[in-house]
Amino acid sequence: MSIGDRFPKVDGPAKADGSGVYADDISFPRILHAKILRSPHANARIRKIDVSGASRYPGVVATLTGDELPVKYGVIPWTQDEQALATDHVRFVGDEVACVAALDERTAEEALALIEVDYEVLPAVLTPEDALAHPEIKVNERAKVGNITKHVNLQFGDVDAEVARATAIASQKYRYAGSTHVPIEPHCAVARADADGNLTVWSSTQIPHYVHRELSRVLGLSASKIRVIQPLLGGAFGGKSDPFALEFCVAKLALKTGRPVKILYTREEVFYAHRGRHPMNMDLTVALDRDGRIAAVDNKILIDGGAYASFGLVTAYYAGQLLTGPYRFGTYRFDSYRMYTNKPPCGPKRGHGSVQPRFAFEVALDEAAEKLGIDPIEVRRRNFIGEQVETVNGQKITSNGFLKCLELVEQASGWKERHGKLGPGRGLGVAGSMYISGTAYPVYPNEMPQSGILVKLDRSGRVTVFSGASDIGQGVNTLLCQIAAEELGCDPHEVTIVAADTDLTPVDLGAYSSRVTFMAGLAAREACQKLAAKLHAAGGSTFAEACQRAEAEEGAPLAAVGGYRTQKLGGDYRGGTIGASPAYSFTAHVAEVSVDEETGIWKVEKIWAAHDCGKALNPSLVEGQIEGSVYMGAAEAQMEEMVYDAKGLLFGPSLLDYRIPTSVDTPDLESYIVESADPNGPYGAKEAGEGPLHPAIPAIANAIHDACGIRIRELPFYPQRVLALLREKASGLRRQASGI
Amino acid sequence: MMTLPPVEVLRPSSVAEAVEALQKHPGSRVLAGGTDIVPNLKYGMYDTQHLVALRGLSKELRYVRLQNDLHLGALCTIDQLAHDETIRRCAPALAEACSQVAGPQLRRMGTLGGNLCLDTRCVYINQSYFWRNALGFCLKKDGTVCHVVAGGQRCVAAASNDTAPVLLALGATIKIVSPRGERELPLRDFYLADGIHNTVLRPDELLTGIRLPKDAFAKRQGFAKLRTRAAIDFPSLNMAVALEIEKGTVKSVSLAVGALAARPALIKGLDDLNGQKADARLAEELARRAHKQCKPLTNIGVDPDWRRDVLPVLVRRMVLRAAATAAAAS
Repeated sequence: MSIGDRFPKVDGPAKADGSGVYADDISFPRILHAKILRSPHANARIRKIDVSGASRYPGVVATLTGDELPVKYGVIPWTQDEQALATDHVRFVGDEVACVAALDERTAEEALALIEVDYEVLPAVLTPEDALAHPEIKVNERAKVGNITKHVNLQFGDVDAEVARATAIASQKYRYAGSTHVPIEPHCAVARADADGNLTVWSSTQIPHYVHRELSRVLGLSASKIRVIQPLLGGAFGGKSDPFALEFCVAKLALKTGRPVKILYTREEVFYAHRGRHPMNMDLTVALDRDGRIAAVDNKILIDGGAYASFGLVTAYYAGQLLTGPYRFGTYRFDSYRMYTNKPPCGPKRGHGSVQPRFAFEVALDEAAEKLGIDPIEVRRRNFIGEQVETVNGQKITSNGFLKCLELVEQASGWKERHGKLGPGRGLGVAGSMYISGTAYPVYPNEMPQSGILVKLDRSGRVTVFSGASDIGQGVNTLLCQIAAEELGCDPHEVTIVAADTDLTPVDLGAYSSRVTFMAGLAAREACQKLAAKLHAAGGSTFAEACQRAEAEEGAPLAAVGGYRTQKLGGDYRGGTIGASPAYSFTAHVAEVSVDEETGIWKVEKIWAAHDCGKALNPSLVEGQIEGSVYMGAAEAQMEEMVYDAKGLLFGPSLLDYRIPTSVDTPDLESYIVESADPNGPYGAKEAGEGPLHPAIPAIANAIHDACGIRIRELPFYPQRVLALLREKASGLRRQASGI
Repeated sequence: MMTLPPVEVLRPSSVAEAVEALQKHPGSRVLAGGTDIVPNLKYGMYDTQHLVALRGLSKELRYVRLQNDLHLGALCTIDQLAHDETIRRCAPALAEACSQVAGPQLRRMGTLGGNLCLDTRCVYINQSYFWRNALGFCLKKDGTVCHVVAGGQRCVAAASNDTAPVLLALGATIKIVSPRGERELPLRDFYLADGIHNTVLRPDELLTGIRLPKDAFAKRQGFAKLRTRAAIDFPSLNMAVALEIEKGTVKSVSLAVGALAARPALIKGLDDLNGQKADARLAEELARRAHKQCKPLTNIGVDPDWRRDVLPVLVRRMVLRAAATAAAAS
């Protein structure tokens, strides 16, 4: 069992039998439970906070307010605009204000009611349009101009000239609703301070390293005195990529009280922590020349960011930078504004920043191709950008298996025989996409490796891999076993993974931007290859014997390290490195839908998804990532939306009201793996965790068009929207028939 | 996680003990499957100090008896009713409705009595205390305004039980026990829309069972539920029809629609349809009348205009399906 094998997930059995340890499973004698008081207002000044009532409540051990944690934090060093607990300004309903630690959760909750906060309620801005129109209502003081987190305007070539001479143009407005991640495990953190002043924080995070850094800054405690451990994680999907208030609160309270402290968010609090998909309004033009080649793409993007920056600076770039494959663009321009609004902060959700424009683009491409009478698959094939090429915005594409992806889904879906021919109420749609395998540059500028791996060999033949990488369910720990087995020639069952513990493992920047398997994988291969050379030289009839001989030869225990070093990549312009990746993955989907034209109720019958992951290090894991991604994309198309009332209160922050599809609402999925053998990736591998989400949404929209002739441009594709469009179409046809 | 407020759980072992406990502890509430009351308690929706748990009454109240009429105990689980052979034969629409309640785990816990007595639901009330406070509360609990009907003085939270429309359409009666004895009541007189209570149950009364008259068995029955997902969701609309057909002609028809306001609605004035042919025109006519009488509100988080739009389509399809079925066994 090694590279390319279907090695079972190493964390699978413990997750299935309940023995796995998640953050909330961690407990200690004398542990305290804390709860956070949150703002009921979308925008308000805090005149005064009085916690004395709560302090006196029986069972309460400590209270905490923002003045004790005044330092602002955030993942992106240029936009650190968050405070663990507000001191003077709350910016959304759910913003954190104060914290109480008590003997049990109920007591802490009851004590919250005794905290008196004097608010001066201010008008709130709840849409990005309002945020632009009302710069005088300041959502977040960090914004230099009005409520703009980030404005990016980039142009590559003369877009206007190309649009002017194009043969077919699709120019429409698109709206992408915000959605959230819904990991089954809510956020949880536990902190314990030792007698010698060392602090340990267990957190359900996907970025232990950034939590480590930010805890140090905010607490004013040397990072060498802080240890961050990520236990088993019950899903993340980007929703655990920021440092959160609970980590600072448990840490500070543990230091304050000398007792261990835990916070477990309720589901409602997970909704307020959010960092989900940004709502985007897009004004997109796709222009084709008479041969159906993409002459120009022009996108104006207004991004609804919520109250804090999170990764928003990157979002503003990704919304434009990641669209330039798998098709060649003649010219390209995007102009994106990421706005602060008085709502829970948006951030990175699987397919960060690029899922929304991908939806708009793939629908527009279909529409423009239709005007030229070109088949949707043919137009995508004709515009294929190729391998070892540079995109219009200066991204270097190495391997590219997109054509193979298209071919697979074309055949599997019976496209040629079935597209356009399924009769009323049933249709097929296609879409493609591209995604990054990590970013060339780390989030904070430094020359150190982005991933580090330490491998130690025992005389028994046991291999221990110390990895800073976060296994968030994508399976990196399993892959590390396989890489060790591949390089060292050992049994992958004989590999122990010690992961995501800042005291024990080398730094890895975290599970985001689909970087983990790519970068930690390369680092692991490097470390293992160093040891393999020694084992090979030493010889031996068994693996253990080889370890013993090599150790004798070495005169010291056997260990080696490997690292992933950042490559210089990207376009030579401001922002040109954002979206620059050492390798890009490619995906194509065909979706089949049925539409009930009397009610607008529609259903995804099936999705065929082909994904070029370079090399499937473990096909079962890749298929799992493809299926999970397609599910998530289809879910956003079907029903997911963060809806707010007129005062900024999130409707139904529960899994009953915020619906995600159940297993019976999930379409048949068929996944296909394409292996284009990337020259940069470990064993040729590229990402598989985020890319396969993108085409699901536009493929469904295009299938709805094939089924009933309507173009739906707003997510989610609620049946009432479908019905309204069907009626609009019918009345248009009636008008035509009557000659009006 | 969300915590449960402290409550004392009383565990009677008979119906008599249970109603005595209800009488003894004013403001107490009944705990059967707990699938609705537990989350509502965590949301701080009730100031209940005592829960009267009915587990000890399982033997007494978990019967399905065909004795002339069909008698069902209030503690039959929803899952049991979905699968019970007698019910599938005599009241197939009830089995169908039960199979569409929530999801498998909840159906195994939830009970018939619990479903019939289900508290009304609204997007503005079934939320945490924090959320309701941020909203400014509402007149059902802790507040004075209605967020569904501007200026409304009467709570219009929606009847969200799937068994109610079926049992209404089939003409079921319910059995109610109190320390004063037992009474029987047509289900159609059970529900209230006074904005305070949604049923006529007095604080010390317990719904112990239902009786479905045997003439219901021969009716063509239908049930339909509109929901966003094919599992878990409470109804965006639900409806049931009972058609008595003789030689292709309607002898009687009864149509009920739920998930509108506090009370599941029996569509009024259908008697003039008796004697008409049971055909597509009848289905259209029932759809038209239901559309006229039913006005979905924003109490459910699914577009009310669209719900009203699709209501007649769903009624028509349900009636056609029901008319096409063979009459249930008598």
